[in-house]
Amino acid sequence: MRRHISTALLYTLVTTLIFGIGYPLVITGISQIFFRDKANGQLLERNGTLVGSRLIGQAFTAPGYFHSRPSAAGNGYDAANSGGSNYAPTNQKLIDRIKGDAQTVSQDRQGTDVPVDLITTSASGLDPDITPASADFQLARVARERHLAEPELRKLVEEHTKGREFGFLGERRVNVLELNLALDQLAPTPPHH
Amino acid sequence: MTANGWFQIVFFFFLVLFTAKPLGVYITKVFERERTFADIAFRPLERNIYRLCGIDEKHEMRWTEYTVAMLVFSLVTLLVTYAVERLQHAIALLNPQHLPAVPADLAWNTAASFTTNTNWQSYVPETTMSYLTQMLTLAYHNFFSAAVGLAIAIAFVRGIARRESETLGNFWVDTTRASLWILLPGCFVYALLLVSQGVVQNFRPYDQATLVQPMSVTSTGADGKTTTQTMTTQSIAQGPVASQEAIKMLGTNGGGFFNANSAHPFENPTPLTNLLQMLSIFLIPAALTVTLGRMTKSPAHGWAVFAAMASLFFIGVAVAYYAESQPNPLLHSAALHVDQRASAMQAGGNMEGKEVRFGIANSALFATVTTDASCGAVNAMHDSFMPLGGLVPLINIMLGEVIFGGVGAGLYGMLIFVILAVFIAGLMVGRTPEYLGKKIESYDVKMSMLYTLIFPLSILGFSAATLMMPRLGLSSLANAGPHGLSEILYAYTSATGNNGSAFAGLNANTHWYNVSLGVAMLVGRFLMIVPVMAMAGNLARKKLIPPSPGTFPVHTPLFTVLLVGTILIVGALTFFPAVSLGPILEHLLLQAGKAY
Repeated sequence: MRRHISTALLYTLVTTLIFGIGYPLVITGISQIFFRDKANGQLLERNGTLVGSRLIGQAFTAPGYFHSRPSAAGNGYDAANSGGSNYAPTNQKLIDRIKGDAQTVSQDRQGTDVPVDLITTSASGLDPDITPASADFQLARVARERHLAEPELRKLVEEHTKGREFGFLGERRVNVLELNLALDQLAPTPPHH
Repeated sequence: MTANGWFQIVFFFFLVLFTAKPLGVYITKVFERERTFADIAFRPLERNIYRLCGIDEKHEMRWTEYTVAMLVFSLVTLLVTYAVERLQHAIALLNPQHLPAVPADLAWNTAASFTTNTNWQSYVPETTMSYLTQMLTLAYHNFFSAAVGLAIAIAFVRGIARRESETLGNFWVDTTRASLWILLPGCFVYALLLVSQGVVQNFRPYDQATLVQPMSVTSTGADGKTTTQTMTTQSIAQGPVASQEAIKMLGTNGGGFFNANSAHPFENPTPLTNLLQMLSIFLIPAALTVTLGRMTKSPAHGWAVFAAMASLFFIGVAVAYYAESQPNPLLHSAALHVDQRASAMQAGGNMEGKEVRFGIANSALFATVTTDASCGAVNAMHDSFMPLGGLVPLINIMLGEVIFGGVGAGLYGMLIFVILAVFIAGLMVGRTPEYLGKKIESYDVKMSMLYTLIFPLSILGFSAATLMMPRLGLSSLANAGPHGLSEILYAYTSATGNNGSAFAGLNANTHWYNVSLGVAMLVGRFLMIVPVMAMAGNLARKKLIPPSPGTFPVHTPLFTVLLVGTILIVGALTFFPAVSLGPILEHLLLQAGKAY
C-alpha cells in the first residue's frame, strides 16, 4: 500500500510535467509560429483600433446595421461570460420574449414571417452569424437607411455569405460583424441609435 | 428534416466505421506490447517514467492490486486538483485575469468531476479558472481519467481472454501506454488541426475590443430603479484552448474551456471542426470493439457489439433530429409570425440555444453523440431542446453510456450487458450460460447486477432527495413544470453516468448540488469499477471449455438483437416512470399548448 502511494505521488508529478505543462506549451509554441492569427482569435482592427474578433458576434441594433441574434451571454454578447438562455420550449418567459422581439423585428418587413434565428438566442450567446434568410429579411431597411440600392446591397450580402463547408457540412451563414464593417466602408452613413 | 441533414449524419457514421478497424488494431498492439511506429519516440520516455517512479514493468497484478493502484492514483490526482484550485491566486502563474481562489465546495465538485471523467461544470470557466488551473489540473485529468478508463477496459478484456490466470496486467504500465501511445500523439495532431481552423491557443490577457456599435444596457437595481448604461467595449476571453479541446473530445471528457463549451466560436468555430469533434468522441470507443474482438480471438464478436451500439445510435439521432426540426407549437398558437420551416435560406426548427453554423442536424447529432459516449461536451443547449429532443440525451445516459460510450468505460459497461444477455439466453434454453469459452456463474451475474443496480440507485435516490427539499433543491430550477423535474433528473443522471452535460439552466453552484453531485460522480465511477474488476479477476481464473451445440453464439445478428433488447429492457424497467413525469409529460403538455 505504501509503495502504491509513493508511486502514485511520483507518477502524478512526472506525468504532470509532460501532459500538464510540456504538451500545452509545445502546442502553443507551434501555433504561435505557424498559425499566429488563428491562434490569437482572428482579431479585427479598423484604423489601428481593435474592434472585435471575426469569430465573436456583437450586438447590432441601430437601423443602419444588419442586426445580430439576441444574446443571453451576460448583458448581451459578453465574450467573457458565454452561455445560452436555457429556457425550455414550454417556458412562458421564452414565449413572452419572442413575442416582444417579433413585434419589433417584424416592422422591417410587414407581411413576411420573421426567420426563427433572428428572435432566438444562440447557445454561446456569441453567435457571429445569422442565416441568409435573416439577412434578406433586413435588406430593405438597411438599404433605405444607408441610401443604397437594394441590388447593390444584396451583392454585398452575397459576398459575405458562407456556403456549406465542402458543399455539404454545416449551414449557410452570414457573418454579421464582417458584413457591417464592409457596410461602413461602402456607405459611411453614421447610423443613429 | 432535410436530405442534406441526413447525408451529414450518415457521412459521420461512415467515418466512425472506417476508422474503427485500423485504430482498434493499433490499440491491441499497444497493450499486447507488440512493435508500433511510435516506439522510437515513446519507449525511452516510458522507461524513464518507470525508473523515476519505481515501477517494475514486468510485474503482473491481481485484480485487487490493480484496483487499489487505480484508486490510490485517482485519490492523489483529485487532491492535487483541489489544492491547485484553492491556491490559484497564490501561485499567480498564468493567471492574467487575477482570478481568486475557487470556493471549497466548488473546488471539491470540480476535482471529483474531472477525476471521474465526468467534467460536470458548476462554474463559468472564463470567470473562475486561471489558465494554469485549466492546463495543469483540468486538462491533465482529461488525459488520465481517459487513460485509466482504457486501462480498466483492457484489464477486463484480459480477464475474458486469459485462462487459469491470477493476474490482469499492470495498472501503471497500461495507463502509461494508453496516455503515451494513444492519447498524446492523437492530441498533438488534432490540436494543431483545430488551431489551423481557428480554435485559439495563447496565453493572452482577455482582449478589449471597441464595439462597432456602442450598446445600451438597461438593468434594474436592488432599489427597483432602472439604469441605462452605454457599453463601448467587449472583453474577449482567450486561453490555451486547442490543446485542451483536443483531449477534451478524444478522451470523452467534455469539460469546456469556456462556459458555452463546444458552442463557443473559439472552441468550435466551423462545421469542419464540429465534424472532427464528433468524430473524435467516437473514435476510441468504436475502435475498442475491434480491440475486444482481437484480444479475445473472435473478431466477429467485436463487430456484433459494434452493430448493437450502431443500432442504438441511429434510433437516438433519428428521434432527436426529428424533434428539433419541429416548430414550437406555442409560437404558432400565440399567432406570432415566425418562420420555423427549413429552406435553402435557413435551417428552421427549434433554434433557441443553437448556433447558426450548426443548424438543426449538427446540433441534434452532436447531442446524441456526446451522450452516447460519456463525453458531455455540447454545441447546443440541451435545456432548450424540444421535450423529445432533450429526452434522447437523457435516455442515452440512462442506458449506461454503452452506445460506444466513454473511453474504456463504454466497453466495460457494454460487456456487463453482454454478460447479462448471455445469462438471459442461457435461462431461455435452460443451460449454464457461456461467454467466449467461459462459464458464467452466480458470482459473475451478481457482480453484473451490482453494476446495474448502483447506477439507478444513485440517480433516482439523489433526484428524489433533491425534489423533497424545496429550499436546497428546487430553488435552483430555471424552468417550471415537468421541465423542472427533467433538470434535476438530468443533473444526477449526468453526474452518475460520468457524462457532464447538463440541462444548464439549473444553478448547480450551491452547497447542496456541488456536494451531492460530487458524491454521485464518485459513486458512478469507482463503485461501479470495483464489481467490474472483481468479475474480471474471477473470469481470468476460469478454465476454457470447448463450445458445444448448446453454446449460444455471440457473433450473430441474433446476438446483436438480444443485446439491444437487454439494454432497452433494463433501461426502460428502471427509468420509464421517472422519464414519463419529465420529458414525456412535457411533450404532451406542449402539444396541448401549455406553458409555465
